[in-house]
Amino acid sequence: MTETSFMRDVYIVDGARSPFLKAKGGPGPFSASDLAVNAGRELLARHAFSPEALGEVVIGCVMPTPDEANIARLISLRLGCGKSMPAWTVQRNCASGMQALDSAVKDIAIGRYDLVLAGGADAMSHAPLLYNEAMTLWLASLWTAKGWKNKLKGWAQFRPYYLKPVISLLRGLTDPLVNLSMGQTAENLAYRFHLTREQMDQFALESHQRVAQAQEQKHFDEITPLFTKNGDFYLADDGVRQDSSMEKLAKLKAFFDKKFGSVTAGNSSQVSDGAALLLLASREAVEQYHLPVLARIKAVEWAGVDPAEMGLGPVYAVNQLLKRFNLSMQDIDFWEINEAFAAQVLACLAAWESDEYCRKNLNRNGALGKIDRSKLNVDGGAVALGHPVGASGARIALHLAHVLKRNHAQKGIATICIGGGQGGAMLIENVSGV
Amino acid sequence: MTQSYKHWQLETDNDQILWLYFDKQGASVNTINREVMEEFAAITETLKQDVTHKGVIIASAKKNGFIAGADISQFTQFKDIEESTDALRMGQKVLNEFEALKLPTVAMIDGFCLGGGLELVLACRYRVVEESSKTRLGLPEVKLGIHPGWGGTVRLPRLIGSLQGLNMVLSGHTVSGKIAAKLGLADVAVPKRQLVHAAKYYILNQPPVHQATTLQSLSNNKIARQLIAQFLRKKLRAKINPLHYPAPFDALENWEAVGVQSNEAYEREAKSCGRLFFSETCQNLVRVFFLQEKMKGLAKDISFSPKHIHVIGAGTMGGDIAAWCALRGFTVTLQDLEARYIAPAIKRAAALFKDKLKERHLIQQAMDRLIPDIQGNGLPKADIIIEAVIEDLAIKQSIFKQIEAKAKPDAILATNTSSIPLDEINTILSHPERLVGIHFFNPVAKMQLVEVVKGAHTSQTIIDQAIAFVRQIDRLPLPVKSSPGFLVNRILMPYLLESVELLNEGVPMTAIDKAMTDFGMPMGPITLADTVGLDVCLSVAKYLGRYFDTPIPTKLEELVEKKQLGRKTKEGFYKYDKRGKQIKPQIISSGHSLEEISNRLVLRMLNEAFACLRENVVANADLLDAGMIFGTGFAPFRGGPIHYAKSQGIHALYEQFVKQQKAKGDKLEVKDWDEAVV
Repeated sequence: MTETSFMRDVYIVDGARSPFLKAKGGPGPFSASDLAVNAGRELLARHAFSPEALGEVVIGCVMPTPDEANIARLISLRLGCGKSMPAWTVQRNCASGMQALDSAVKDIAIGRYDLVLAGGADAMSHAPLLYNEAMTLWLASLWTAKGWKNKLKGWAQFRPYYLKPVISLLRGLTDPLVNLSMGQTAENLAYRFHLTREQMDQFALESHQRVAQAQEQKHFDEITPLFTKNGDFYLADDGVRQDSSMEKLAKLKAFFDKKFGSVTAGNSSQVSDGAALLLLASREAVEQYHLPVLARIKAVEWAGVDPAEMGLGPVYAVNQLLKRFNLSMQDIDFWEINEAFAAQVLACLAAWESDEYCRKNLNRNGALGKIDRSKLNVDGGAVALGHPVGASGARIALHLAHVLKRNHAQKGIATICIGGGQGGAMLIENVSGV
Repeated sequence: MTQSYKHWQLETDNDQILWLYFDKQGASVNTINREVMEEFAAITETLKQDVTHKGVIIASAKKNGFIAGADISQFTQFKDIEESTDALRMGQKVLNEFEALKLPTVAMIDGFCLGGGLELVLACRYRVVEESSKTRLGLPEVKLGIHPGWGGTVRLPRLIGSLQGLNMVLSGHTVSGKIAAKLGLADVAVPKRQLVHAAKYYILNQPPVHQATTLQSLSNNKIARQLIAQFLRKKLRAKINPLHYPAPFDALENWEAVGVQSNEAYEREAKSCGRLFFSETCQNLVRVFFLQEKMKGLAKDISFSPKHIHVIGAGTMGGDIAAWCALRGFTVTLQDLEARYIAPAIKRAAALFKDKLKERHLIQQAMDRLIPDIQGNGLPKADIIIEAVIEDLAIKQSIFKQIEAKAKPDAILATNTSSIPLDEINTILSHPERLVGIHFFNPVAKMQLVEVVKGAHTSQTIIDQAIAFVRQIDRLPLPVKSSPGFLVNRILMPYLLESVELLNEGVPMTAIDKAMTDFGMPMGPITLADTVGLDVCLSVAKYLGRYFDTPIPTKLEELVEKKQLGRKTKEGFYKYDKRGKQIKPQIISSGHSLEEISNRLVLRMLNEAFACLRENVVANADLLDAGMIFGTGFAPFRGGPIHYAKSQGIHALYEQFVKQQKAKGDKLEVKDWDEAVV
């Protein structure tokens, strides 16, 4: 009888990710598929089985370039998995990487495949500039105009504002239904839970300090170096600021609610390029290929919330997860809450700690509990190392598995908020064999 | 048409088009010999009266390629100049008659179409080519010491103008299908799936035939010819010496004299090409061609299909070996201690892929196959492991100990050592028979030769597999015995040392280098030493010095001490400017004639070559010659060192060498050269 919620147990065998490279204006050196291929080929090289032995490849990606339709298939072929390898791309916004893991888990659990490569990738710096609608209409009329007179007339109708581009990255990070940018939903949370600028900056500062310390202590084993065609190479996440301080963070201006807001670029996650891939396996595959085991995935839960408070998604997803396994927050040894915004993580913590909130919204008798900061994002998070949207869900799951192993701990939850108003949470367990 | 031929198949399709398939009997590749041409003449004769067909399409019935060219084995079989010239005239006549047919003719070209093959195609009314870079069209005759002789030097400049046309004739370069269409050499380039449609289209619709543009036509008139010939001759001279390689100069002269319109042009081409067959250059280059074929054929029956290569050491050699293997389709893991050692190799690989593969998706595929591997993950998965770390016995031994522990049991363990005998490295292996030398030369992407080194314990199976692998990456394998320096460096080193001795005697380095480039070497010995790196030279010289008792020139040690290591440090024997260009010092005459200098250097080299034969470092003189030509660029038109010695008289050269050594005060007895060559 299996101990997880699945028909068959699913194990994390191993994982690798690229360094997360901060977008510095203009497209970075790697496309999303480049990043995934770099991490994936080293991951596959570590194991004795041939890439063709995989059952499928599942990749989460939010903003592939126009050349990357079904990016999972591109990645699969570029990794040498062979033309017969099924591969598909999933999109659940900021949780696409976690969705890819969930999809792979399900396929293994129902017995369809035994060995799956899954994860996420995004090169946010490559998000294109688009023509605006006026420009598109003008071009369309020009292309269909017949005869030189009409063509000339078409040219004469051109207006300079047609050239104003649509920045797809910003559009992607804006919820069209509530007409709020993601940062503004974080401002909503700050407002609702009375979070101060200082609290947010303090959280952000700690994130940087933790990443810096983890880098020093070599706690990011899962990173695979990246090499460019120009002879450059990247060994580590480059968004972290060793010299960050409260003074420096305090100087930054609110980015989303200008002038009076408190969510700044400093206490928000960074726009980055990155990929994280995991190798998931059934017991049978672990035995057949003599694979190591990093962790077991016990369950994944998804929840929906108000899009205007999308950052609270984890509150609900985690609640469901705990309820299902009859666990309390204290049963969880380590937490990874993706740091979309400092305010958003702090709001989740505040919600769980609030009797009133939990009674009203989670159907609990009282507060769900408090997470000790020493158990939460112990090696920092997206505020310091970046949030390539497609990859983050896979990154936190992988890193949590490493944290559990390192600390000889048992249970961990990785959870992530999702633009549009959802949350995802994954419960994993430290095991070393099947 | 029911008549049957040995080398041609005739078929009529539903559209009444006659398909003429070239299918050379008993061969995997189409080449043209006298019999093929005679049958083609007979076919042409019947086509003159043909009224039932709408046209003729020539195609290849072979899986691989269209026509590789004329059958080269015939080149050395002509009795005299008259016979060779007549044979060319006969070919010209057949092609002229084919060209004059009333029926429309199309050549449908998929794959290589070279030399005589392209000349045949030029006599067709239309040419339809497959567009990829696998399709190669060209006239590489000059590489064999002749120029085209079946009208190629006339038709090609006429069709596409003299600048482009002569460029192809004089350089021997080939072009892809796409470029051929751009030049006008082909009427259209299409993907393979449209090839038959396109070929039939030209017969059924008979569009106007391709004409040179007005400017291109003008480029063949008398005044233009004089100007252009002068310009091209100058360019040619900057690259090659007419004394060594007369063929392109002759082709140019013919064109300059008679142009492309008259029958005289064909006649002149036949006469001059017929004469070139008997030049020493042609005879030697044909010999070299067959030596090359021989090396290509080594281990051709061995079935060995490695997929994954692991290279340890991402320095110049290791990095470039890894890139080359990835270029040739292998999955390659490149291991070094830190990312910063691997990064420059990835950069060079990217440049190589860009240069060789051109198209973005192909470059990406190659980059994806080349995997930087700091952890050494590739080692247990690899089919071949190539060690390319520094030349240090202890380090190599410790690496091979780790390799043997981790590698698959049937993986080949190879070292790229340039001088350390295998039997010194393999002492720490529990299976010394697994270790083989796979020794590349710098720069890997240019030097075709790879020495496959057999230690006393190396198993023959491993040797065969290593040779098969070298062929799979399109390099020329040279099996050698593991002795210090193997073959190429062993012979090269005394030559380099002798040149430094000459320097010490006051001979200017420019004179030394000039003497050897005049002899036909691609670069002089002093420049070569600077290019290889003086530190590398010194370490090899010291290493070999231990075995052969050769003194190390103090000049070399001084320069290395001063960190003047050659081209890479911008100063060695020569100085180099910012772009790495050599700054030539003023020549101060030394009183030595260039011939004297080259004689002395070549004799020293020959002495070592004969020693290698005596000690069975290589199996025979042919392989030695091939090794020196493809490993060092030893003047190919001289046929290799041993062949050169033979042509000059071995004994006479030996005597000269003995005298030379005595004059230098060298008391060592010089072993006789003759006994080695049987």
